[in-house]
Amino acid sequence: MKNIVIIGNGIAGVTAARHIRKLSDHKITIISAETDHFFSRTALMYIYMGHMKYEHTKPYEDYFWKKNRIDLKRAFVKQVLTDDKVLVTQEGEKIAYDSLILATGSKPNKFGWPGQDLEGVQGMYSKQDLDMLEANAPNKETCNRAVIVGGGLIGIEMAEMLRSRNIPVTFLVRENSFWNGVLPAGESEMINDHIKDHHIDLRLGTNLKEILPDENGRARAVVIAETGEELPCNVVGLTAGVTPNIDFLKDSGIELGRGIKVNRFLETNVKDVYAIGDCAEQHEGIGLRRPIEAVWYTGRMMGETLAQTICGNRLEYKPGHWFNSAKFLDIEYQTYGWVFSERSKSDTEQHFHWKHDDNTKCITVSTHTETGKFLGINTFGIRMRHEVFDRWLTEERTTDYVIKHLPEANFDPEFYKQFEIQILSAYTNQLQTA
Amino acid sequence: MSLASPNAQDISTKKKIALGIGFTGLFILVIALANVSLPNQGLFLTLSLGLITAGTVLYSRDAYLTKLEGIKNDEAWFKSISSRGVWGWVLGVVLTLFYIVLYFFAELLGLGVDGAPNTGLIALFDPLSQLLSGRNASQWFVYGTLYTVAILAFGYKFMLKYRHNRYQQLRTASVMFFQMAFAFLIPEFMYRLNADVPYNDIKNMWPLNYYAFDQWRVDQFINSGTIGFTFLIFGILSIFVISPFLTYKYGKRWYCSWVCGCGGLAETAGDPFRHLSSKKMSAWKLERWLIHTVLVFSVVMTIAVIYTYLGYDADKYWFNKDTFLLFIGGFLTVVFAVIMIFKRHELGKDARYGAIGYAVVIATLIAMHYTGTTDKIFYLQASGMRSAYGFYIGSIFSGVIGTGFYPILGNRAWCRFGCPMAAVLGFQQRMFSKFRITTNGGQCISCGNCSNSCEMGIDVRAYAQKGENIVRSSCVGCGVCSAVCPRGVLKLENDALDGRINPTDVLLGNDVDLMALMNNKKS
Repeated sequence: MKNIVIIGNGIAGVTAARHIRKLSDHKITIISAETDHFFSRTALMYIYMGHMKYEHTKPYEDYFWKKNRIDLKRAFVKQVLTDDKVLVTQEGEKIAYDSLILATGSKPNKFGWPGQDLEGVQGMYSKQDLDMLEANAPNKETCNRAVIVGGGLIGIEMAEMLRSRNIPVTFLVRENSFWNGVLPAGESEMINDHIKDHHIDLRLGTNLKEILPDENGRARAVVIAETGEELPCNVVGLTAGVTPNIDFLKDSGIELGRGIKVNRFLETNVKDVYAIGDCAEQHEGIGLRRPIEAVWYTGRMMGETLAQTICGNRLEYKPGHWFNSAKFLDIEYQTYGWVFSERSKSDTEQHFHWKHDDNTKCITVSTHTETGKFLGINTFGIRMRHEVFDRWLTEERTTDYVIKHLPEANFDPEFYKQFEIQILSAYTNQLQTA
Repeated sequence: MSLASPNAQDISTKKKIALGIGFTGLFILVIALANVSLPNQGLFLTLSLGLITAGTVLYSRDAYLTKLEGIKNDEAWFKSISSRGVWGWVLGVVLTLFYIVLYFFAELLGLGVDGAPNTGLIALFDPLSQLLSGRNASQWFVYGTLYTVAILAFGYKFMLKYRHNRYQQLRTASVMFFQMAFAFLIPEFMYRLNADVPYNDIKNMWPLNYYAFDQWRVDQFINSGTIGFTFLIFGILSIFVISPFLTYKYGKRWYCSWVCGCGGLAETAGDPFRHLSSKKMSAWKLERWLIHTVLVFSVVMTIAVIYTYLGYDADKYWFNKDTFLLFIGGFLTVVFAVIMIFKRHELGKDARYGAIGYAVVIATLIAMHYTGTTDKIFYLQASGMRSAYGFYIGSIFSGVIGTGFYPILGNRAWCRFGCPMAAVLGFQQRMFSKFRITTNGGQCISCGNCSNSCEMGIDVRAYAQKGENIVRSSCVGCGVCSAVCPRGVLKLENDALDGRINPTDVLLGNDVDLMALMNNKKS
C-alpha cells in the first residue's frame, strides 16, 4: 500500500484520487489551501449571481470523502523536499509521501501593470477571489463601475457576474475583436454584439496603461494606453489569462517551464512525482493541443489516466478528439475537433460559416482544403452531440457528409426550431458560387 | 460587508406598481373574508381576480421583457422569499393557515351550513359559480377558482421567463389548458347538463384521486346513465391502460408536468421555490420509503373500501367481494412476477423492498377475506381507514404540507414524498419507459445548476458528471435542468430501452483504450 499525496483539490486532483480508490487500496491524502472540500470552479460565478450557494457547487456530499477513505487536509504546501519525499507546509508541518501528484491549477496573469496590486484589483479564479469580489463589489452603490482587463472566458464571465448586480462594466479587450485568437471572425463579431446588447461597455483594441490609487491605496481609476483616458472605477478585474500555480516548486529540483514539465506519462523529471491539470506542461503539445491545457476536461482526463499509472498500469496520456464548451452570457458555445481562428489557422484549413438572422446562433465548420475532410465545428446557440462528432472525427468523414447528416447531431431540447435545412442550403449555395 | 446575504437589487417602480395592483386584488378577498358586505359581488370578484392577474402580468413583463432571452435565476438565493428568509416563512405560514381553514374550518370562509346562504369570501364567489353551474359556491369552488387563476397568471410569468425555450412554453400552455378546461370549466358545465354526475375531473385519476372508487361516486356514475358509466370506465382505463402506455412512450412527464393539476401549480406559482428541494442522499432515502408507503396505504384503503360495499350491496355490482379480492391478488401477482422475471437485474436490492410491498398487500387481501364483514375489515371500519387516508394524506400531506410548505421544502414536496400516482408512474418510468435524460458525452463541468434547479431533488449532476443518463422514477421531466445547463449537456429524450442506463467511469474525450478498459469492466 502506497502513501499517495495529492496537492490540489480541483477536478484533476480529485479525479485522480477517485480513480486511484476505484483501482486500489492505497492511502490517499488531498491537500488544499483553498477550501476544505472539492467544488466546481466553473460554478463560482453562479454563487455571486445568486443562482446557487457555495454548498451547491460541491459535486460530492461531505460524507463522500470519509466513505471512500480519501483524507482531506487544509494546508498550504510551501516546499517539496523530493530527496526525502516530504512536503513542508506553511505552518512547518512535514508530510511524507511515496507518490506525489501535483495538481495545483492556475493563478491569474499579471503583466506588471502599475497599480496591479492595489486594493480592489483582483482576478476571478479561486474561492478567495470570489469572496474578495463579494466584498469589493457587493452592489452598485459600493462599486460604481468595474473595469475588466482581458477578453477571454473569465473576463466575460466576470462581466456577466457584475452585470447581474447592475454594476456598470467597462471591458477592455486587447484584440480588435473578442477572443479572436481562438474564434473565427464571424463568431467573434457576433459575441461582440451580444456583449454590447448586455449593456457592457466593450472597448476593443484597448490596453490598460495603469491603475491609479486613491489616498487609501484603493484603485480609483484606470488609464487607457491608447487614448490616455482616465476611467473612474472601484474594482478592476484582471482576466488576461492564467498561468500555472507553481511558485512553491522553485527550489524543489522539479523541472519547470511555464508549468511543471511532464512527459506523456505525466511524470516529472523526479521519480514518483507527477503533475496533472492546469499546472502540467507537456514538453511538446500533443497533436494540435497546446503544451499547457488549462481546461476542466483535460484536467479530468489527466486524472483518469494518471490513476492507472499510479496503480501499476503505466499509461500514456492520450486524449481523444479535442472538445470544449463555454457560455458567453446567454449564448452557449461548443466545439468538437479543430476550428482555428484566422490568426492561427493553416493554409489547408478552410471554413464554412453560417449565421442565423437573429445574430445569436451560428456555426463554423472547418474542412481540409485538399481532401474535403471534416476537421471540426464551432457551434453557438445550437447544442450538438459530443458522441456523434467524436464518431465522425474518428471515421474521418468529409464535411459534405457532416453537413448532410447534421440533424443526427442536434442536441437541442425537444420542440426547438431546427436550422439544419437552412445550413445545408447555405452550404450548397456556397459551393455553387465558389 | 454582507457575505451571507448580499443586498438584493432594488425593485423597479414598475414592479412596485404591479405589486400594488396585485395586492389590491388580494385585499378585496381579505375584505370579503372579514365579512365586510360588498355591494356588487360580481363586480368586486371580477375586480379582485382581474387585479391579481394584471399585477402578476405587469410584474412579469417588467421582470423578463426588459432583459434579453436567457436563464433568469439571478438572486434566487438572495431574495428573502425564495431562500427561506423571513418573507419565505411568512408566506409559508399564511399558505398553511389558508389550507387548514379550507380543509377543516370552511365556515370561517363563509360557507353556509345546513342550507344557510353563503357569507364572506365564499359568497363573493357565488355569482361566478351561478354563471358556470347554476348553483352557489362552495369552499372547493373558491379554491378551484383561485387555483386556476394562480396557474394561469404564474403560467404566463413562467412562459416569459423561458421565452427562449419552446419545450417550457408548450408544457406550460398544456398545464394551463388542462387546469382551465378539465379541472375547472368542464366539471362545472357538466353539472348543468346532468346534475347527477358527481364532480369529475377526468384527468385526475386514481390513486391521486383517492375517492375515485368510493361507493357514492361509483353509484352515482352507474345511476347517471351512459355518461356516468363512460366516466367510470374511463377512470379505470386511465390508470390501467392509458397511463402505462403514455408513460412507456414519453415518461411520467406526460402527466406530472404536462397535465396534472398539482404539477401545474408547482410548475407555475411554485417555480420560484424549485431550488429549495433537498438534494441530499438522506432525502432520497426518505422519499423512497415515504412515497411507497403512501402507495401501499392508498391501494389497501381503496381495496378495503370497495370490498366492503361489494359485500353489503352485492346485487348491484358484477363483482362479488371474493372474486374482487382474487382478481386484485391475481393482477398484482402477474405484475410482480413479470417484473421479477424481466427486470430483476436492474432492481438490485430494491427487489427486496418491492417484495415486501407485494407481500404486505397480499397478506392484507387474505386478512380481508378472513376478517371482512359488511362494514369491517381487520376488525376496523373500512370507512375509518378511508377517512384516515383522506385526512392525513389527502388533506394534510398533499394540501397543507404539499403546497403550504412551498417556500420551505420546495414546490414538489407532495409530488416527491407523497403522491401515490407519482409512485405508480415513477415505477413504470424506471422499469419500462423510453424516456431518459441523455447526458452529452464528456461535456459536464459539474457546476451543479442542474441539481440546484431540480424540483424533485434529484442530484442530476451526480449522473451527468459520470456521463450517465438520468433514469429516475421521480423525474417529472420538467426540463429545467436541461434549460439551465450552461454547457448543453442534458436533453430529455424518448428512445430505445436498450442502453438507456449507462454508467461510465471514464468519460468520452479521453483515450479510447482507457475508456474501453474502464467502461467495459462492469458489463
